[in-house]
Amino acid sequence: MNYNWNWGVFFQSTGIGSEIYLDWFVTGLGWTIAISLVGWLIALVLGSLLGVMRTVPNRLLATIATTYVEIFRNVPLLVQLFLWYFLVPDLLPEPLEMWFKQDLSPAASAYLSVVVCLGLFTAARVCEQVRTGIQALPKGQLNAGYALGFTLPQVYTTVLLPQAFRIIIPPLTSEFLNIFKNSSVASLIGLMELLAQTKQTAEFSANLFEAFTLATLIYFVLNMSLMMIMRWIEKRVAVPGLISVGGK
Amino acid sequence: MISIQNVNKWYGDFQVLTNCSTEVQKGEVVVVCGPSGSGKSTLIKCVNALEPFQQGDIVVDGTSIASPKTNLPRLRSRVGMVFQHFELFPHLTITENLTIAQIKVLGRSKDEATQKGLALLDRVGLAAHAHKHPGQLSGGQQQRVAIARALAMDPVVMLFDEPTSALDPEMVNEVLDVMVQLAQEGMTMMCVTHEMGFARKVADRVIFMDRGQIVEDCTKDTFFGDINGRSDRAQQFLAKILQH
Ligand SMILES: Nc1ncnc2c1ncn2[C@@H]1O[C@H](COP(=O)(O)OP(=O)(O)OP(=O)(O)O)[C@@H](O)[C@H]1O
Ligand SMILES: [Mg+2]
Repeated sequence: MNYNWNWGVFFQSTGIGSEIYLDWFVTGLGWTIAISLVGWLIALVLGSLLGVMRTVPNRLLATIATTYVEIFRNVPLLVQLFLWYFLVPDLLPEPLEMWFKQDLSPAASAYLSVVVCLGLFTAARVCEQVRTGIQALPKGQLNAGYALGFTLPQVYTTVLLPQAFRIIIPPLTSEFLNIFKNSSVASLIGLMELLAQTKQTAEFSANLFEAFTLATLIYFVLNMSLMMIMRWIEKRVAVPGLISVGGK
Repeated sequence: MISIQNVNKWYGDFQVLTNCSTEVQKGEVVVVCGPSGSGKSTLIKCVNALEPFQQGDIVVDGTSIASPKTNLPRLRSRVGMVFQHFELFPHLTITENLTIAQIKVLGRSKDEATQKGLALLDRVGLAAHAHKHPGQLSGGQQQRVAIARALAMDPVVMLFDEPTSALDPEMVNEVLDVMVQLAQEGMTMMCVTHEMGFARKVADRVIFMDRGQIVEDCTKDTFFGDINGRSDRAQQFLAKILQH
């Protein structure tokens, strides 16, 4: 292949202000992290709640959670994003709609849409992991909690969830990594996260290969670091003799 | 202390308990035995409302389980229960296992709960293991911790559901010794067990169940002393387990 590699491109001026191309990548990475972490927070809280709902002895709550999971898992992520960005604002009450469309900057409204979208999408997946974790525990644990006088919420918070979360750290880790990878859909509604900055760099500088190589490297290092953090957490909370799902 | 009054329970069409009635007096030790599937676990779980029943009532220390006004968590906090598979909380240390319910259910301070828990741990001979997790103890040790955990709540009665049947034979005695001591101190106990040696030693009464019914309910001396006066089913059962 006859291609003139130019790794110095990242330090060249973009021609916009005093920015160099590397600045774009830094900004993009910042957005990617901001989308993913906030999305993950929503997914973890909502997903745990839904996971609990699927296991409590209450038909209505279980049905609500199951329906949620079916909907959010079976509609493609991109479709969900377009719904949140293009359709949902129109369905909001007038003041909220105006706020979303006029008061928010384009970046802010795109950010809001993608965070909500990824959070709710990933919540369905977290829900299933939490449910699996709870159901993997021996039924006797619930009875032992009850027998000591715990109420149902106490049984969940002190007996079931601490164990369930420990055993689902490996599958939760992959959901956590997925949300970082999925965050690139934000580029499709104009949010300048990592992928969008990469494309822009490629177009502006014509150094397509360098741009995408750097982006690949950043995603890779990011994911490896996250995985290491999760491994570290897993080790920290490990308990002798506790079962594990999804392999060690 | 416990009054079981005409309890009937179904799983769908299948009747697990049929007209079960008996009384356990304060300080009494009652052993429940019977073939597998006869409903022993179901009955004992009904006593602290871990299993609902459709008809009849069980009154524990003056509190009716069937009454919708009863605060079940409160009732259960006064009834100790020991399970076949120990059911210690594996993510908590032994000390935390002994204190968590004292703190969260009874509202005791951490210091008070720890003091009480460690004293009981010492009593079951495991003071040296306070900082460990359940997974680091043998089955017999875990079961002794489980007994201590139940006792920490100052229960008015203790329920045991085959506490030794998941144990290796060499560990059975260390658990039975704790139970014997408890019985001799006057604890009210209802024990599902096939350990007839234990029954002979400390039981006041023996209940024999078969197919969801209480077939025999008599004093230990009658049960073991007058074998020919027992029902056929009880005789067959005794012949089988006394062979071993
Ligand atoms: N959740 C359930 N649904 C349907 N049937 C059940 C359920 N739990 C128990 N049973 C049935 O009820 C009967 C009594 O069960 P139980 O566990 O009380 O017997 P057991 O006397 O304790 O037996 P074992 O000595 O094996 O422990 C059994 O036939 C069992 O199959
Ligand atoms: Mg049983």
